[in-house]
Amino acid sequence: MTRRRRRLTLIAVAGVVLATAVGLVLFALSDRIVFFNSPSEVVARSIPVGSRIRLGGLVVDGSVAKAADGQVRFAVTDGAATIEVSYRGILPDLFREGQGVVTEGLVSGDRTFAADTVLAKHDETYMPAEVVDALKKQGYWEGTEAAEGTR
Amino acid sequence: MIAELGHFALILALMVALVQSSVPLAGARRAVPRLQAVGSPAAITQFLLVGLAFSTLTFAYVVSDFSVLNVFENSHSAQPLLFKFTSVWGNHEGSMLLWVLILALFGAMVAAFGTNLPSRLKALVLVVQGWISSAFLLFILATSNPFTRLDPAPIEGRDLNPILQDIGLAVHPPLLYLGYVGCSISFSFAVAALIDGRIDAAWARWARPWTLAAWMFLTLGIAMGSYWAYYELGWGGFWFWDPVENASLMPWLAVTALLHSAVVMERRDALKIWTVFLAILAFSLSLLGTFLVRSGVLTSVHTFASDPTRGVFILVILCIFIGGALALFALRAGTLAPGGVFAPISREGALVLNNIFLTAAVATVVVGTLYPLVLEALTGDRISVGAPFYNLTFVPLVVPLLLTVPFGPMLAWKRGDLSAAAERLMLGFGASIAVMVAVLAFRGSGQVLAVAGIWLGLWMVAGALAELAFRIKLGTAPLGESWRRAAGLPRSAFGTTLAHAGVGVMVLGIVSASIWSAEDIRSMQPGDTAEIAGYEMTLEGFHDQAGSNFDETVARLAVRRGGRLIASMEPSRRRYRARDSSTTEAAIETRGFSQLYVSLGDINAEGGTTVRIFWRPLVTLMWLGALVMAVGALLSLSDRRLRVGAPKPSRRRHLAAAE
Repeated sequence: MTRRRRRLTLIAVAGVVLATAVGLVLFALSDRIVFFNSPSEVVARSIPVGSRIRLGGLVVDGSVAKAADGQVRFAVTDGAATIEVSYRGILPDLFREGQGVVTEGLVSGDRTFAADTVLAKHDETYMPAEVVDALKKQGYWEGTEAAEGTR
Repeated sequence: MIAELGHFALILALMVALVQSSVPLAGARRAVPRLQAVGSPAAITQFLLVGLAFSTLTFAYVVSDFSVLNVFENSHSAQPLLFKFTSVWGNHEGSMLLWVLILALFGAMVAAFGTNLPSRLKALVLVVQGWISSAFLLFILATSNPFTRLDPAPIEGRDLNPILQDIGLAVHPPLLYLGYVGCSISFSFAVAALIDGRIDAAWARWARPWTLAAWMFLTLGIAMGSYWAYYELGWGGFWFWDPVENASLMPWLAVTALLHSAVVMERRDALKIWTVFLAILAFSLSLLGTFLVRSGVLTSVHTFASDPTRGVFILVILCIFIGGALALFALRAGTLAPGGVFAPISREGALVLNNIFLTAAVATVVVGTLYPLVLEALTGDRISVGAPFYNLTFVPLVVPLLLTVPFGPMLAWKRGDLSAAAERLMLGFGASIAVMVAVLAFRGSGQVLAVAGIWLGLWMVAGALAELAFRIKLGTAPLGESWRRAAGLPRSAFGTTLAHAGVGVMVLGIVSASIWSAEDIRSMQPGDTAEIAGYEMTLEGFHDQAGSNFDETVARLAVRRGGRLIASMEPSRRRYRARDSSTTEAAIETRGFSQLYVSLGDINAEGGTTVRIFWRPLVTLMWLGALVMAVGALLSLSDRRLRVGAPKPSRRRHLAAAE
């Protein structure tokens, strides 16, 4: 086998692997990613039932109800729209009424959402950036920039 | 006074780093040995100065000097002593100082132990290290000074983020940083060689131990981080494809590729340009990781309070170093002579295949990590890329790589014989199938995916052992001769076997814990019993107790199997007084290699609680596999052929080893 043929073999193998990788990435990016939406975006875009999204906003005061079987219900709002969320599991340590939350799951009906993940904040002074943006869009955010992640 | 001393030491360190960046460079260019020799003492002095700065900050933490802003924000006088130490790097400023300390440590080690390096190469390596040090020291002094004072000094501190108050903080960041920053050495070697315009097999021999050490620490650091997240966050998961986790996985994959291509370069003088490129890539990815984690563009437990000027500063550092190195690479790569030729089916060919798959895998992780940032900047849409994406992209690229791993070491250099290699692997193949069948019989059932995954892990272990058995002629020669051959094998041979087998062990753990796990979430009152995977867990009651800086409610669960009491588990919820925030402390019961895992929700008004129970079969194999890989690396590091400062082995020994 000549040097040239050897090199061509290498390039061919690398090309095949690279093409596979590109193909997989393109397919996965069109199919396996999850969009973040605020409650009013869910309503305005009329996202179909069964879509997997991330939903973020503020937990409405007094909306959290825990059932005996571990089922939790709460409402998430961005000021303009409110979505009822149901979740089965343990809420993160820093989950509180009146505070920001990001959940991931399926749109289960008109203004209802079945979350399978409630994302924890790691620090009590921190507000998820997605939530801050969503609230700002609705003019519901009154804090200063400094409150956004610092203290 | 002490804090000012630290601040001053840091400024001096920057001055010394600037000297280290320039004087030896001038010496190397004009061939003035005396100027060239300035690098070593400068590197050592710089390390001592940064060490002094770090010690003063540590001292401020230990004595709870709340007049230092950094201490006030991240410590509390009631914290246990260990956490006062670890709080030093449990925040942005301190962790950057640790980063620079380790960078200076590596520079000093090159200066002290790199005695066998040609003086010109050594000088240039230290120059490049000096550039990196200067950039990051400047970053700390300009944007992240840990020594800022508070006046008047508060009486009490704000306490460390409770999630970080764990032994994991003592282990995970230093190990990870040793790995991240260790990549800087191979980067410096690569840039030095490019400046010098000369690169050969000897270069790979000098650079490889550093790369191997970085890889070992990175492996341990990532595994430790994964275990920490597993037991601390209370979600029972071990890898979330979080961008910050990816930030450490990307350099790990690149360094893994680099280790393998450096072998080809060292032994066959081939793949030189590619190896240099990988060395640049590996450190670029660690810088990218530092940027992602430290700039605040991502949000996670790793991003402490952020400040946009810091992000921009790191981005500038990132662009200068990556851009500069790549420009130099483009300028000089053409002048590097191509090396030895090899057939596609050969040891080199196998290692090239390894590199192709690994770099493709790196690319998918880079895309998955950066795409959300780019998309948001362009369209404002926020997306999250998680496990479904990587299962479809990363996994299909890694599986064929792992499948072919056992073949690589069985092939000869230059021109290999695939069918002979396959023949030698037959026994290992049979053994892995047999064990898999036995496992399935024991499990009773199995999905196709689980079966294939388990077999893949077994196949890698069997393949690694088969290679060792072949080299010592186990079974084909008298036992005495096999023993003699084993004793004569270089330690790096055992290192390879262990590292490859370790990957297999890790695959077993990941597959088993992902596919055969059982999970239950339920509300329990005292007296209730939950059953999972044949274990009965009875909630016996709660009791309260006080820790040094927290109060906790502890639940006691009795674990029975077949009616017999086998363990008592005590998960708890802690309330940290200073920050008034709570954490969940999971309880873990290890049974063989498997684990029972319990975490608690809030205690409700009726005196019950939500309990989350996991059964994770063979889960510990995942981290043990990483440990085996690291031990393999350590064994290789102790090999005299790789030892820094060791003379070149005699040709005869070399041949015996290569056999």
